[in-house]
Amino acid sequence: MRITNHPILNFPEDRKRLTFVFNGKKILAFEGDSIASALHAAGYRMLSQSLKLHKPRGFFCAIGKCSSCEMEVDGVPNVKTCLEPVQEGMVVKSQLGWGTFPVRPKKRVYHRVKIPVKQVEVAVVGAGPAGLSAAIEAARHGARALLLDENHRIGGQLIKQTHMFFGSKEHYAKVRGIDIGTKLAEQCRDLAVEIAADCSVIGYFHPHELAAIEANRLLKVQAQKVIIACGASENMLSFEGNDLPGVYGAGGIQTLMNVYGVMPARRILMVGAGNIGVIVSYQLLQAGVDVVAVVEAAPTIGAYQVHASKLVRCGTPILTSHSIKQAYGVESVEGVTIVRLNENWEEIPGSEQELDVDAVCLAVGLNPAAELFFQAGCKMSFIPELGGNVVWHDENMQTSVEGLYVAGDVAGIEEASSAMLEGRLAGLSAVESLKTTTTVIQQQKEQIRQGLHALRTGPFGEKIRIGEKKMREANPA
Amino acid sequence: MSQYLRDGVLDLDDFELPSKQRREKGRVIIIECVQEIPCNPCSEICPRNAITIKGDITNIPQVDFEKCNGCGICIANCPGLAIFSVNESLGQEMAEVGIPYEFKPLPETGDSVDLIDRAGQVVGTGTVKRVLQPKSYDRTALIYLMVPRELSLQIRFFRKSLKSGNKKKS
Ligand SMILES: Cc1cc2nc3c(=O)[nH]c(=O)nc-3n(C[C@H](O)[C@H](O)[C@H](O)COP(=O)(O)OP(=O)(O)OC[C@H]3O[C@@H](n4cnc5c(N)ncnc54)[C@H](O)[C@@H]3O)c2cc1C
Ligand code: SF4
Ligand code: SF4
Ligand code: FES
Repeated sequence: MRITNHPILNFPEDRKRLTFVFNGKKILAFEGDSIASALHAAGYRMLSQSLKLHKPRGFFCAIGKCSSCEMEVDGVPNVKTCLEPVQEGMVVKSQLGWGTFPVRPKKRVYHRVKIPVKQVEVAVVGAGPAGLSAAIEAARHGARALLLDENHRIGGQLIKQTHMFFGSKEHYAKVRGIDIGTKLAEQCRDLAVEIAADCSVIGYFHPHELAAIEANRLLKVQAQKVIIACGASENMLSFEGNDLPGVYGAGGIQTLMNVYGVMPARRILMVGAGNIGVIVSYQLLQAGVDVVAVVEAAPTIGAYQVHASKLVRCGTPILTSHSIKQAYGVESVEGVTIVRLNENWEEIPGSEQELDVDAVCLAVGLNPAAELFFQAGCKMSFIPELGGNVVWHDENMQTSVEGLYVAGDVAGIEEASSAMLEGRLAGLSAVESLKTTTTVIQQQKEQIRQGLHALRTGPFGEKIRIGEKKMREANPA
Repeated sequence: MSQYLRDGVLDLDDFELPSKQRREKGRVIIIECVQEIPCNPCSEICPRNAITIKGDITNIPQVDFEKCNGCGICIANCPGLAIFSVNESLGQEMAEVGIPYEFKPLPETGDSVDLIDRAGQVVGTGTVKRVLQPKSYDRTALIYLMVPRELSLQIRFFRKSLKSGNKKKS
């Protein structure tokens, strides 16, 4: 089902229509749909089957990280259909097993391929609020900057945030996330930052060479400074039936409804009452989905009171000390069992309750996507307060590898407001060491540090303050 | 521990209310934002400087109810949708409540609606008095409802009176 009447977003009916074939059936799509979003809109949630036990598999993350949406497309197996745009006449099949490649040359033939090389002063990986801000500062101070992102849309998490953001005027407070993304992207263009969308960075080599995949081809990027701001991935939760189609990550749900305009479900259970769980629940209501309840294992709500209150008054209860026990269904979710927990977070026997829902959304935290830093040999530490493995960095956002910087959620799960400040700090530090420092740069850096400090005051900043302290104390040697 | 941490429902003594006297003089806001969060647009947007956040951005907004004239600008500009208005100067029977609203379809003036409290429960019926959504509100609408006077501090949401059977809180 498509969303037709949305309070914030506009999904015009007169978008160009495309058709493709799915398991022999004709499917109607809109231009701009991914294969998975078009199939969802047409009511197909089971996309493939698991390799060994042939259990149904559907879409989960929507950002190419979980692999549960892989299908055969025009004869090519293992295509991530959450990212692959629909094209007229495509033939899509549910894949059984590993899949085989369409062409199998008898003789091994090697072609000498010339790998294109791009040389830049500052390369930025990830075009979310952190990466965009980093590229803007680098370019503004005269560096040739290249911004790479594996998504075809620029903006990172911001492209799905329809709500007004917190913060102060300098951090775009009360502007909707979607509009912040557009504004930052415009600034990048005005400053002639080169943007490579649909371009996934798969490796880092010393000193400062990146391997990327662009349009199925390898691309080499040689940079004098590299800033990595590639965000985070979503956590999974273990419960029976968590692999059924219809169990989604919060980011996946947001992508379906706010990017593609597809109704992700009719009735849904939200798991997790942190800010993300509560905000996405509200966005689900705005899209016309009935959010039956939010369950939260902890005895208290983690989200800001204002977010929780605005959801609860719409009629969606938040059940603290409750968790999901099981999701059931044949091809996709048909119902769930929730259960109450005691003060030791153990299930209370007999407190089970069945809910009639056709989907479950997991909003149980994010962890930094730190792979590239591991590969670069940076000093890492595991800091639960920051979401998992984070890279050590100094006051300039520089890691233990000289000339390699970090910013945003990958430096510790926080907020877009702090991601933007960290991005600016990394961008300024990179140009400063590339060229020379000026009093303007130094003043700006000082202001940004004060801004970050201000955001992290108060009880909600405590976790970050502890995490940052732990990270600093870890010796980079 | 405050109950709202368990269920998200604020109690009347969790935040500051304008006095009965002030409410009876005319429209005035009520801010239901009780935690130290990094946010301050309410204090920056008020043309009469009726809202202040002293010191750190995480401090809680304070309202000078005498300065506030109930213009409603802050209601549509609060990212937490946490500001409402009340007006008890309209007679003994009814009062007016202002609510930020981000759903479609928008109600129309004169519609009768089920009135809903902070916990999501239907507690009465009322009518839509005015629907405002100028461009400067950036897609947030401001809805003024006429409600029974005894509910003037309870109503935080509404739904068109058609659908019966609202969800129960368990
Ligand atoms: C529901 C929800 C509500 C939120 N509400 C708020 C709010 O009100 N206020 C607030 O301040 N914050 C909010 N946030 C948090 C905020 O969105 C994030 O903290 C912020 O987006 C982090 O920015 P980032 O640039 O670090 O990462 P992201 O925005 O995640 O961007 C990372 C980018 O890197 C790209 N990428 C990843 N790996 C690679 C690779 N190998 N090669 C190339 N590109 C890659 C990704 O495609 C992505 O575009 C919210 C988040 C969610 C999910
Ligand atoms: S209603 Fe108007 S005068 Fe009153 S606090 Fe809000 S913006 Fe200021
Ligand atoms: S703008 Fe709204 S959410 Fe932000 S501090 Fe003011 S009242 Fe609270
Ligand atoms: S990789 Fe496509 S849904 Fe996760």
